[in-house]
Order: sequence, then C-alpha cells, then structure tokens
Amino acid sequence: MPREKIIVDGNEAAALPAYKASEVIAIYPITPSSPMGEWADAWAAAKKPNLWGTVPLVQEMQSEGGAAGAVHGALQAGALTTTFTASQGLLLMIPNMFKIAGELTSTVFHVSARTLATHALSIFGDHSDVMATRGTGFALLASNSVQEVTDFALIAHASTLESRVPFLHFFDGFRTSHEVAKIESLSEEDIRAMISDELVAAHRARALSPDRPFIRGTAQNPDVFFQSREAANKFFDNCPGIVQKVMDKFGKVTGRSYKLFEYHGAPDAERVIVAMGSGVETIHETVNALISKGEKVGLIKVRLYRPFSFQHFAFALPKSVKVLSVLDRTKEPGAPGDPLYLDVVDALNEIRSLDPKSPQPKVTGGRYGLSSKEFTPGMVKGIFDELKKDSPKNHFTIGIDDDVTRTSLPYDPDFSVEKPGEVQAIFFGLGADGTVSANKNSIKIIGDDTPNYAQGYFVYDSKKSGSVTVSHLRFGPEMIRSPYLVNRAQFVGCHQFNFLEKFDVLGKIVEGGVFLLNSSFGPDAVWDNIPRHVQEQLIAKKARFFVIDGYRVARDNNMGTRINTIMQTCFFAISGVLPKEDAIKAIKDSIRKAYGKKGEEIVQMNFKAVDQALAHLHEVKVPAQATGKIGTKPIVSEKAPDFVKKVLAPIMAGRGDELPVSAFPVDGTFPVGTTQWEKRCIAQDIPVWDEKVCIQCGKCVLVCPHAVIRAKVFDEKLAAGAPKEFKTAKPMNRDFQGMLYTIQVAPDDCTGCGLCVEVCPAKNKQETRLKAINMTPLPPILERERKNWDFYLTLPELDRKKIKPAEIRYNQFLQPLFEFSGACAGCGETPYIKLVSQLFGDRAIISNATGCSSIYGANLPTTPYAANRDGRGPAWSNSLFEDNAEFGMGYRLAIDKQKELAGELLRKLASQVGEDLAKGILEAKQTDEPAIFEQRERVAALKNKLKGINSPSAQLLLSLSDYLVKKSVWIIGGDGWAYDIGFGGLDHVIASGRDVNILVLDTEVYSNTGGQMSKATPCGAVAKFAEGGKTMPKKDLGFIAMTYGGVYVASVAMGARDDHSVRAFLEAESYPGPSLIIAYSHCIAHGINMTLGMQEQKNAVASGYWPLYRYNPLLAAQGKNPFQLDSAAPTISFEQYAYRQNRFKMLTKSHPEEAKVLLEKAQASVSSRRKLYENFAAMPSTEGKAPEAQASAAPTSAAPGKAPESKEVN
Amino acid sequence: MNLATKYLKLDLKNPLVASASPLSSKIEDIKKLEDAGVSAVVMYSLFEEQITHETYELQYHLTHGTESFAESLTYFPEPEDFVRGPDQYLEHIRKAKMSVKIPIIGSLNGHSAGGWTDYAKKIQEAGADALELNIYFLPTDTKNTGAKIEQTYLDILKLVKSAVKIPVAVKLSPYFSSMANMAKRLDDAGADGLVLFNRFYQPDIDLENLEVVPNVLLSTRFANRLPLRWIGILYGHIKASLAATSGVHEHFDVIKLIMAGADATMLCSALLKNGIPHVSKILKDMETWMEDHEYESLRQMRGSMSHKSVDNPAAFERANYMKALQSYKPG
Repeated sequence: MPREKIIVDGNEAAALPAYKASEVIAIYPITPSSPMGEWADAWAAAKKPNLWGTVPLVQEMQSEGGAAGAVHGALQAGALTTTFTASQGLLLMIPNMFKIAGELTSTVFHVSARTLATHALSIFGDHSDVMATRGTGFALLASNSVQEVTDFALIAHASTLESRVPFLHFFDGFRTSHEVAKIESLSEEDIRAMISDELVAAHRARALSPDRPFIRGTAQNPDVFFQSREAANKFFDNCPGIVQKVMDKFGKVTGRSYKLFEYHGAPDAERVIVAMGSGVETIHETVNALISKGEKVGLIKVRLYRPFSFQHFAFALPKSVKVLSVLDRTKEPGAPGDPLYLDVVDALNEIRSLDPKSPQPKVTGGRYGLSSKEFTPGMVKGIFDELKKDSPKNHFTIGIDDDVTRTSLPYDPDFSVEKPGEVQAIFFGLGADGTVSANKNSIKIIGDDTPNYAQGYFVYDSKKSGSVTVSHLRFGPEMIRSPYLVNRAQFVGCHQFNFLEKFDVLGKIVEGGVFLLNSSFGPDAVWDNIPRHVQEQLIAKKARFFVIDGYRVARDNNMGTRINTIMQTCFFAISGVLPKEDAIKAIKDSIRKAYGKKGEEIVQMNFKAVDQALAHLHEVKVPAQATGKIGTKPIVSEKAPDFVKKVLAPIMAGRGDELPVSAFPVDGTFPVGTTQWEKRCIAQDIPVWDEKVCIQCGKCVLVCPHAVIRAKVFDEKLAAGAPKEFKTAKPMNRDFQGMLYTIQVAPDDCTGCGLCVEVCPAKNKQETRLKAINMTPLPPILERERKNWDFYLTLPELDRKKIKPAEIRYNQFLQPLFEFSGACAGCGETPYIKLVSQLFGDRAIISNATGCSSIYGANLPTTPYAANRDGRGPAWSNSLFEDNAEFGMGYRLAIDKQKELAGELLRKLASQVGEDLAKGILEAKQTDEPAIFEQRERVAALKNKLKGINSPSAQLLLSLSDYLVKKSVWIIGGDGWAYDIGFGGLDHVIASGRDVNILVLDTEVYSNTGGQMSKATPCGAVAKFAEGGKTMPKKDLGFIAMTYGGVYVASVAMGARDDHSVRAFLEAESYPGPSLIIAYSHCIAHGINMTLGMQEQKNAVASGYWPLYRYNPLLAAQGKNPFQLDSAAPTISFEQYAYRQNRFKMLTKSHPEEAKVLLEKAQASVSSRRKLYENFAAMPSTEGKAPEAQASAAPTSAAPGKAPESKEVN
Repeated sequence: MNLATKYLKLDLKNPLVASASPLSSKIEDIKKLEDAGVSAVVMYSLFEEQITHETYELQYHLTHGTESFAESLTYFPEPEDFVRGPDQYLEHIRKAKMSVKIPIIGSLNGHSAGGWTDYAKKIQEAGADALELNIYFLPTDTKNTGAKIEQTYLDILKLVKSAVKIPVAVKLSPYFSSMANMAKRLDDAGADGLVLFNRFYQPDIDLENLEVVPNVLLSTRFANRLPLRWIGILYGHIKASLAATSGVHEHFDVIKLIMAGADATMLCSALLKNGIPHVSKILKDMETWMEDHEYESLRQMRGSMSHKSVDNPAAFERANYMKALQSYKPG
C-alpha cells in the first residue's frame, strides 16, 4: 500500500516524530531551528497527543543553556525529553551534554546545523556547531534530506532508548531545515512500532525518585574518576550495532532502509567521496550521472558519525577503491585536517592494522559549503576529476576561489545533471508581495494533487524592509535530491518589474522556457520598456513571454500589494505543470483551505483574483530583434570608495559568490558608513517638506527610523549653488538668524514608512489633511529629490558646540551616524539608536547583542554605522547574544585602564609637555560638547608635543592619548537579551558600578527570530511559545535595577514624550556609573500598522501600561527622591491600548474566554504597578548620599564615598 | 392594566424594548433589563464593517512582514481556528436566549448588498426571535442618486428576507425625499417592522488638533418629535409594525408615541443616563397615568393621535410649521 505523502520542510519533518516520542520539550528560539520548537508549541496548544495519548509539556527557557539544564533535569526525573537548537545555542548546551552522556541518559537533541560565529555571524548552515560537540559523548546522526530527517529523528529516539547513549540528530540548517519537500510520512503505527515501551519503562526506572533513592552526580577524585569514565565504554561500543539494528527494523516497518555507512556508486569504483549532510544528495545524483558516462566513482554516506564504527565503515568501503576524498562542511583552523577527514584517516589505519588485505586508498580531505555556500554537481565532478590525478590536492576547498593560499579546486560551474521529466522554476519577488507564500502553496498543490515530487527552497534578503526573495522550485516524477539552487529553469517569474534592471533575472532560463513578468505595461507596450539585455536573452533563448498587471488586479480586488494568488494562477495557467482547469480548481480548493478559517470574505476576494488573473494574462510576441534603449545601471556610484565598488557592490548585485578570498578582510573588520552607497529606492511614496507650514520642531527628523529626513541650518551664501527646487526657510530659532533652514529627504534610502508624517504637529491651515511633511508618490519627483539630496550633502554640518542637546529643535541638527539601515519600515528601535549616534556618536563605542539590532546594524553587504567628516563615529561590535553586557563592560575596563595609564604617563611627562596643558587635560570635566571639543584640542596639542619627545613613555602616551577624551560606552540589545538570556550578565554589569550605558530596545518579544515570547512580553499578548496568551505580567526590569540604588534607570517611549527620551539619554550618558534605559520599541511583531507606531507608544503611556520615569541616584545624593514618575495618571484603559494591536486582539479570536481573564489580569497589573510607582515617587526626600557601592566602584571621576557631580539636564 | 402589544408578530408584555446599545453586550445586563421589565431586547449591532474589515485586518496582520527575512518567516503563531467577532456575536445571542425569556432581536448594521447579509441567517440559527436591519448609509458621492440609494435599501431588505423566516424590521434614517413613500415600498418589499429613526453619530471638530472627531451624544426627550411625526403619519397606511426610537425617556414619551401609532418604543439614552432600573419607573408611571386617565389597555390608545385620527391632521404637516413659527416669542 502506498504510504501517505506529506509536504513539509526539514524542521517540521524532525519535530513530528520528536513530538510524538516525547513528554517534555524544553525550547529556546534560535535560527534556523526555531520552527521545530514553534511546531511543538503549536501542537501542544492544539492538544495534540503524543504516542501515549498525553500532550507533551512544551516549555520555553531563558537560554539554550537553560533549555539544556531543563532537559537534563527532566531526564533525571524520568521524562522522555527532547530539545531543538543550533549554532551558538548548541554550544551553550555543551556542559549539560557532557553530563547527560556521562550519565548514559537517553535523549535526542534535534539540531539544524548552523555556522558558528567566528569573524562574522552567519545564520546559515554548516557542521561547525555539531563538530564542536564531538567530545561530549553524544551520538551524532546525520540526515541528508527532508525524508531522512523525519526517518532519522525516529531512529534516533528509538536508538537512544536502547543504547542509553544520548543522540544529537542533525541536518543542514536552511538547506534541509527550510527546504520544502514531498516525503513519505511516518504513521502513528510506524512510530509506535519503533518505540519500545519496555525501554521507556527502563528509562523511567533509572530516574531519581525518593521512593527508591540513590545519588547521581557525585564528585570523584584522582583515585577513581578515570576508571569510572571508562566504565561506560561498552555502551558506546555497542551503540553503532544498536543503531544499525534499529535502522534494519525501521526498514522492515517503513520500507526505507539505511546503513550507518552507506555505499552508493559503481561496484568497481576507484574514486570515492566520503561525506555527510545535504551535500551527500548532490554527490549521489552526480555519481549516478558520472557512472552513466562510464566513470568508476562512488560515495560513502556517513549516517552515524559518532560513535564511529570502523567495522561498519570497512564494510561499506568498496574493495576497488584507489582514492578517497573526505569532505567536511566545517573548518578547524590549525588542525592537521578537518574532523571527518581525520577520523577516516584513522579508521583506515585501524582497519589496515586489523586486516592488512583491506583496501589502502590514498586519502584527501576537502572543505565545502561553509555557511550554506552552494555545493553543486559541478563541484562534485571537480573533486572526482582531481582524484584522477597522481597527486590529488589534499586539504582543498571547493566552491570558492582561494587566490590566497591556493586551496581551491577548479570546477565547471555549468556542469549539470539532467533529470528527465523534472520541471525547474525560479521566481523573483518581494517579501511583501507574497511570492514565497504563493510558491509554498504551489508546491502543496502539485505535491498533493499529482504523483509528482516537489521541492522548494527560498533565498531571502539581508534587509528587513523592501526585501527581495528568490524562490527555487522543482517538480518531477522521481524523488528530488538536488539540494542546490535551480540552475536551468524552464519557468522564470519576475514579480517586480524593476528587478529587470537590478538582477540577471533570465540568466538561468533554458531554451524555449517561459517567462512571466508582472508589468503595468500591457502586451503591446512592454517590449519597449524592458532593458535591452532582457530582450536579447528572450530572443536568444527563444522564450515565451507573458505579462500580467498583477498590481492592478490586486488593487481591483482589495488585496493591496499582495499579488501571490494572482501570480500563482498565472504560473499554473502557462507553465503546463498541471492541466489548467485542474490547477485552477486546486488553487481555489487551497484558498478555501488556507483562508476559510479567517472568513468567507478573504476566500471570495482570492477567488475573484484567480478569475481576473486569467483574464488579464497576455502573451507578448517576441520580436526578432532587440531594440531596447534601456541599459543596465552601475550598482554603486562612481564616487564610492574602491572597497565598496570592488567587494560590496558585487554582493549587492547578488554576485558575492564570485568574489575570491583575497577580496576580503582577514579578520572580519569592515569600513563604516557603507549603506550610503546602496541606493535601494524601495519607497513608493516619500515625505516632502512644506517649508511654509513647518514649525521647525525637528520631530520628523527625530523619529525617522532610517535617518533619511535631515535638517540643517546653513549660511545663506551657500544657497547660491542650490538646485532651483531646493527648499529653504528662515530659521524660527533666533540663535540662527541670518542663516537658512532646510529639511531634506534622501529619496533612494526612504522606506516610505510614514512615521514622520504621523508625528508632524503642524497642519496646513487651508487644507488640514496636509501637514508640514506629506507623503508624495516618488517616481515623478525622484530625480528632483536626488539632486536636492546631493546638494544637501554638500552643506556643512552645524558646529556641535552651538547645539543645546536637550532640545529637539537643536539636537536634530546633529548628524546621525547611523543611517539607512535595513530595519523594517517604521522600525521602533532604530530612532533610539540614531539618537545615541547623534548625541554621542563621535565618541561612542557600542557593544550590541545579537538580534534585530545586530542584523540591521551589521549584516553585509552594507552597514549603517557611519563616521562624520572628522572621521569619528560609533565603533561597533557584536560578541554574542548572551554576553553583551559583559562584552560592553570589557570595553569600559579597557578604556578606563588605558585612560588611567595615559593619565599616569601624562603626570610623569607634565614638565616636558607643559604643566598647564597636562593639568588642563587631567582636570577637564568634559561635561558638554564645548568642553569635549576643548579637550580634543588639548589632546591634539599634546600629541604634537609628544611627537617631538623621543622617549618610550612619550611614545606610549602618544598611542594612548585619545583615551583622555571622554568615551561613551553603549551596550545595546533587545529584550530577549536583557530580560532573558543575558540578564545574569546585565545584572552583574549594573552591579559593578562601572560607567556604561545600557539601552534595552524593548519590543517585548524575540523579534528577530519571529516573535517568540520573552519575559518582557506583556500579560495577555499572544506570541510564539505563548499561543494561548502570556499569563504572567511583564518582568519589571527597571524596578529590579533600581533596587541597587546606584544605577541610573529610565523608562522611555519616544512616541509618547520625545523630550523625555532625549533628557533620559543625556542624563544616562552623563551619569558616572551604570545607566539602564528601557525604551518602548513598537515592532512589526506587535501586529500594528507600523505607520502609527509612535501613536501606539503614546497609547502605551496614556494607559499607564508603559510608565515614563527616571531614577537618578544623583538626586539621592542631593537629598531628593531619586525616582521621578514622568507620566501622568492613565487617561485610557489598558484595553483601549491593547486591542489596537493584533498581539492582544488575536487572543480574543483564538481563546476568547482566556482573553477576558488575561485582560483583567493585565489591567490589574498595570494599576498596581502604577500605584507602586506613585507611592515611590511620593516618598519624602532622603538625606543620603549616592550609594557607596556605586560611587566607589565608578572610578571615572568621583572619589570613593563622594557623590559624583550632578550633570542632570534640565 | 394591560400594557401588552404586538411588535414584529411578537407578543410583548409592554412596549418598552431595549434598543441596540452596549447594554446588551453583557448577559448579566440583559438579565437585568428583563428583570426591570423590558419586553424585548434588540442586541447591539453586528456591523458590516466588523464582518468584512475584521477579516481583512486579521489577514493583514498575519501576513504582514512574513516570508521576507530568513530568521523571521512569520511573526505570530497561527491557531487551528479563529473565533471571529461575528462568531462571538452569534454565540452571545445563543447565550442571551438561554438566559432570558423575553424575545431577543438580532441587529445587523450595514450599507451594501454584500456577503455580510449571510449573517442574517446565522443570527436566526443562533436563536434570535427577530432581526433588526439597521441600514446606515450616508451617501457622500455627488453622483449617487436618491433613487439608487433607495433601491439599495430595498435590495438589502429583499436579500435578508429571502434568507430568513424570522420577522425583519428595518431601522431607517429620516433623510428620504419621500419618507412615506419609502416606508410604503419597504412595507411592500416585506419589512415586518420599521424602526424610526436611526440617530447618526454626528461628527464634531476638535479645534485644537484640527481634526474631525466622532462624537456620541445621548438623545434628549425632544428627539422623539421626529418619530412622533412620522409614526403618526404612517400609522394605518402600512402593514409593518412601527417602533419609535430616539428620545424615549419618560412615560409621557411612551404614551405619546403609542398614541401616534407606535407598536413599540425603544430605550437607549434614558437607560445609559439613568440606569437599567429606570425601566421599572417608566412602567410604573405609565400605569399610574393610564389609571389616572382611565385607560384600560395600550391598545385603546394606539394610533388615537395619529395623522388619520386627529381632528387637525395638518398639525403633522407643513402648515404646522407656520404655527410653530407664530408661537415663537422672543424671550
């Protein structure tokens, strides 16, 4: 009987049997494994039972370290327990993994293997994380495809129970975890047949119980530890045999048989590759292709990597083999070879010593596919070709051009493996247009409604706004093995017309292929409006060309910018993958299935879109000659620096794979200010300034998340060279009389979010719908505004000394040194970071927790932190997710120490450099911009003098003298870091008393990984891992920090009171001890209209949910109450705030009764917190000093026991 | 004293019906209304916008920003099922029916002949005894003709009538060129009752922020003059029952409206202002007044002061305008 086929990605494939075979599931989000936890959580919320009819307990922890601890505990208490993780998360589990394995405890960790952060973070896949666990004693079981993921997940659960060796079951992050494929599912009976209740009972019997007490986890001494460690050997020796036995049983149950080391290839193979992971599938299909051409090649698939069984490996090795090449998807710098290679070399030696007649092949090792680098049949062939040589290269790399250490092998990028009957398709779309959703849906339709196999893999952008997606789909009658991007497409869909100029859309189309273009130009007009190279490709490839005005159909059907259904319908209508009528019926069925629960209106809207798509789809007659006048445009401006042109521009164009090793910095160090060269031009409307209405308040400049709105005042004379339409006004501020005021927008960098217009307080008196800044369609004004922006950039920045930093109408003249990031349009975090960069950027050093802010802050190709004209700007780095506070404190320690040393040297050299200069530098207060400017002047003078003093002390001081100018240490991260994974470190750092400024961008959810609950999530909000609504109120991080007494703490919401935010930032920075700012950051994960983000902030404060306050220990030193509650009593209810947001409202639709209960609980919590704060604020003045701990530990200015001087800004 | 009346083919113990208002959003308040003496409750309205826009909104938020960035392919968990606003409304009707004995009248508020009218059937299935169709339409398009708008009203009514068996009342605005003709055409199209009149939320201008703001004003007693006139005029000319709404605050108002020809009088502002127990006071005062004036039943007085029954019908008409002007004396 044919088994049921399902269409799933690798993560779901793993989670299915893992859920069924578990009782406790401890989870923590990390890309790309988060969906496994999300599936488990969703199934538990839907009360889906496990194998024993009970719903597993799914518990999110505060970190992967916590998850591993919880797993360890649950196992010791007898539950069948699992977890899911990847990368750094797996590293945090290592300590517990040693324990779990040392105690011979059955468990399975499912890992979507991901690159470890080294010179850079990467979310993509390789085996560096898994390889880091080799010493733990966990069995390492590799799945190579989505089918194997589900099969091996079950095999792992069965094997661990029998062997008592814990299992790490892994598969390639993204390439397998996110590949959507049609596979044979495991039935409940299959799982039941594989999991022995007897072994489960034995597992429980080994658990801790006060009913039969024993002790586990003792401390042992040199006399016995070693022997005890060896006592478990047999279990590891027996493990491979058990796994093979389980695999054999699995083969009987399901018909799918596997081997620990599985040979595939010619029986007389001479050249054999050994590998594990998704690359194996590529090698498998290439081996088939090469055998059909008569080549004697083969492949050994490594399934159970650890414990490594020499016997099974020897058995798999063909007798004919002459040369082996072992491929590793990891890099161990400095090692004699990468791990799988070394193990195979050793295995061959072992085998040889046991059986001298065994094959004695040459062995080479090579590295491929780091961070999901493509691994293609051409590369496999390149390796096999190398093995033909007498002395094949060892320790090679494949897939890159290593022009530095010459490790790379050559290969033919055009070599491909023909698969009869397979259809391949590529779709270029935007995230916002729904292209990926449509393609996932198409895969489901084809997979469900036909006997065809299907595969989908999706390439996403590094930016969160205006992000481009490329979908790679394959359909065919045979199982699809190709874990690499489509390189010969019979169908290409381009869902955005302007991509034709940006990308080589038709580069992969085959001769006679079909091209579908979403175009506002109809079939008669489109030809003259597409670039010439596209015309030439269409003619050369004899392609059929179709157009549809997808946006028009979407508009007519109230679908906004989502053209998914429309483009999907067109694909089915012209690709011939399914008969048209059948396909349309299937699309409609899937629409009903997908949208039915959301309402009939959505179903009908999509039905109409399907019908109208067909009516608006037209074939274009392709002329014989290319006649186009539209050419390609340079990726970056001619003015860009060489590095940008030669390295970053190819990455922007999607050609990063072509860059050689020599193009890159050796240590991950990159220049700043590169976003300015990436002109994405993604907005449909941009704000345009009306100088007649403007009151020059600066609010629009302040809130702009992408720093695209700038204000300047400048000398009237400079206006002489301005473009005709460059707007100016007379400054309203009397300090700038005789100058001109302007506001200018960067048209290519704006995302069109509209936050600026929403906050503009000035209304046009003649037409009140208009403000002083108004959204205007971009195309007609693009060239004009480009000229204006270019001119604006030539105007000088205002002298920082003239700016009153506490006033927004002044401080928004400060140049932002954080610009044009790839954050979401309307981001609520970036305005705060930009403000830091304006106020302190030229002397700031930032440590950034991993998360949204590190991604939009530093994801290649271009990065937003910038320098001013003096070359100064924020210095930025990211260590990890969990250690950000400690990392930033490290900055502080280094700066303090080097400043101290510089001071000591300066005192010593005072007579040589001049007593007055030395005294001036040493006693400088540096409390404001003019004072800092003066100190910089003094230090410059000092440097000049030191250059002329030829002594080691003077030269040492010369290298340290910049530390004499005040540095501002900023520790920035989200709530996932501050409230959860990094809280221990944050707590320690604020308790240290050191002068650091901690900015928590509180989105109340793990935004970057897709909205999982954190301890900052409010009561009653829905989040992933809290599908039924969070039941506990938000943790009051500020209050915890205030209990130290010596920490400056502020709770701010820019949208509610921008002046309050500014004041808090200034006070925090000037406070000579630890400061903590908790900043309300509206977020796409709140389910709000992002244009109204600042209004949401206002409501949060008006409802009392988000109090504004400042706790300033300096006030205590003055005998005042240090706590100031800055927000008035609530004027709206919590409900009025919350139910504008989908995160709260959704609960009323999914769990209405629970929603009522939690709403009341949330309101009660808001009210009681308000009362607590009111009482706190009303406390009588204290007559104390600044807390001793803080003052004595902050060595920057105050002497022990003496209150630091107040620099409060009023 | 017999206060019984028949409205929408329903036998009511008295003419005091709670009109569509927030008072019906809690089951305990519906029970309180019954205990205070109202004879039927019109549920708060299920709005066309609620049905359609809520669906779109949910869809928007569940898809916005998704499938764009590799680390966050979605932002919300997707539950197996949703209990949408309309579903909750239907559930509320079911619960209300189980909680009280008095008739429960569902209320649908919309302005276009669309899919939302399917909910009429669902309201019937949920157990409502009747349905009030509140056609709330404020035409602002200068190309839209009165005839077209009137036809839309009739189309909506016919659509709903064809879907349900329970009686259907239409709640109208007074802004028709020919109110009487419109009433008659709705009557002919099958309306079982007319509810006169809908009070539009009147916008206001916030001078500080230069914004147009919605402003809910509770009715005053004087507001009942408009239904009083039209009920008086229509009484006896149409088959549909007539309900008066707007400005029903005291027993005098009820009595006057019944005398003009109303079958039911609806209360909202009076209860929001004075609380639910105010119903009992009105009923008690009515009985006292009727006793004092020797009325035995409501039936006796219904229509007694209607256009066709009074000796001076012109008082309902334009002539009365002159009289009203003449009666005005500068104070």
